[in-house]
Amino acid sequence: MIPFDFEYCKPATVGEALKTFRDLQAAGKRVCYYGGGTEFISLARLGSVTTAAVIDLKGIPECLTLSENDQHVLIGAAASLTQIAEYRAYPLLSDHCRRIADHTSRNRITIGGNLAGVIEYREAVLPLLVSDAQVVVARGEGMETVSIHDIFKGTLLIGAGEFIIQLLVPRSEANLPYVSLKKTRHSKVDYPLVSIAASKKDGRIRLAVSGVCRYPFRYPPLEDEVNAANRSPLERAERAAARLPEPAVNDAFGSRDYRLFLLRHAIADTIRQLEGA
Amino acid sequence: MNNSAMSTVELDVNGKRKAVVVRHADTLLDVLRVKLGLTGAKPGCGNGDCGACAVLVDDEPMHSCHMLAVEAAGKRVTTIEGLQGTALQQAFVDHWAVQCGYCTSGMIVASHGLLLRHPNPDEATVNEWLSSNLCRCTGYEEIKQAVLSVARSVGQAGGTTP
Ligand SMILES: Cc1cc2nc3c(=O)[nH]c(=O)nc-3n(C[C@H](O)[C@H](O)[C@H](O)COP(=O)(O)OP(=O)(O)OC[C@H]3O[C@@H](n4cnc5c(N)ncnc54)[C@H](O)[C@@H]3O)c2cc1C
Ligand code: FES
Ligand code: FES
Repeated sequence: MIPFDFEYCKPATVGEALKTFRDLQAAGKRVCYYGGGTEFISLARLGSVTTAAVIDLKGIPECLTLSENDQHVLIGAAASLTQIAEYRAYPLLSDHCRRIADHTSRNRITIGGNLAGVIEYREAVLPLLVSDAQVVVARGEGMETVSIHDIFKGTLLIGAGEFIIQLLVPRSEANLPYVSLKKTRHSKVDYPLVSIAASKKDGRIRLAVSGVCRYPFRYPPLEDEVNAANRSPLERAERAAARLPEPAVNDAFGSRDYRLFLLRHAIADTIRQLEGA
Repeated sequence: MNNSAMSTVELDVNGKRKAVVVRHADTLLDVLRVKLGLTGAKPGCGNGDCGACAVLVDDEPMHSCHMLAVEAAGKRVTTIEGLQGTALQQAFVDHWAVQCGYCTSGMIVASHGLLLRHPNPDEATVNEWLSSNLCRCTGYEEIKQAVLSVARSVGQAGGTTP
């Protein structure tokens, strides 16, 4: 049971959501945006998070869209991971979402919640980093579009009262050769020790990683090693795994050495698959 | 009734309309069990890990521990109580797919959702959908065989009711 009461609001427009947030905050209330609610309910039950009001984003059509225009594949932030897995306009994102959590949980978890939540893996961001996606953010009185690289640096950098409306994937990025790969401790459904999303464009491999460090990343020095000429896939993978943005995690789920071992082989497999070796 | 902490919501549970006063903070699982007396959905982990609380919402399996009751307003909720007398229930008996029974309601509900979506699933699809449900007694094989047997018989009869 959640041991505190809260207001439940389900606005129908972006403007209404922003105004509801501002009005509740002006009344001195703590407010929380709500996607699938899975993380919120777990934390609220434990008393790790409290709020006087939740604003459910699933009533806003722009947040639910799965569509395409001339330039982009549009992914609504409140679309569930199952819906994204089935909507195959950007297959790398579909396949990678399909590896997150389990089937029934994916029916609830939203991509916005995955990106914004406190659970550090945030695996859905990897295909967005790889494709240089844009993020439409509800901000001020309206919306702004920013690069994923500016708004996501290990965690999502958005201010109080702001929320993600959509993710925009350039169509030129959506149908490239790709690899989606996840290594867990033992069962298929688990948090990753190594999760990789990669694609290949104009002869260059782009690759983002979760599970190895304390946050997901796409890191140019690592990517340069992956693309180094005249070396075998395993040599490139070994050099790439030595170029992490911070030391690998070392905990009860996986030692640092084991994570690095998995990472080296996962990168080598990725290179082989994308280069057809 | 509507105030900042509570609302009266119209729920459609197993085809019956119910007006229920809920705290916005109540999970669907709490409301089904405590307010409606439908104790088939089981509390397990409370965290979306075990699947014992699974119900169908508009025919899709959901962990009712991970959904607010207020979100179910205007949607069709199916619990294990609504699946009595189904071929799937009988198949679980016939295949010895039940031991202590704690996971069983979630297993049957999730399998029912699976067969509504994929009347003739392959083994990989069954594995993917049922990876959401933990069983600490059986070895899962009996459960899978029970589900596949219904899939086969539905397929043979050309019907759509699992
Ligand atoms: C059983 C289970 C297994 C899991 N396995 C994995 C896994 O393998 N890999 C992985 O990466 N993650 C995994 N997760 C973590 C999960 O992806 C996150 O907890 C995620 O936050 C849940 O999304 P939600 O939509 O339910 O979030 P909510 O509970 O709705 O929200 C979480 C946070 O995000 C904020 N938020 C939600 N939507 C938006 C938005 N559009 N804009 C801004 N902020 C927003 C909320 O305010 C809140 O702070 C798992 C979770 C569960 C329950
Ligand atoms: S009680 Fe809901 S998933 Fe375990
Ligand atoms: S029969 Fe006991 S948990 Fe499955």
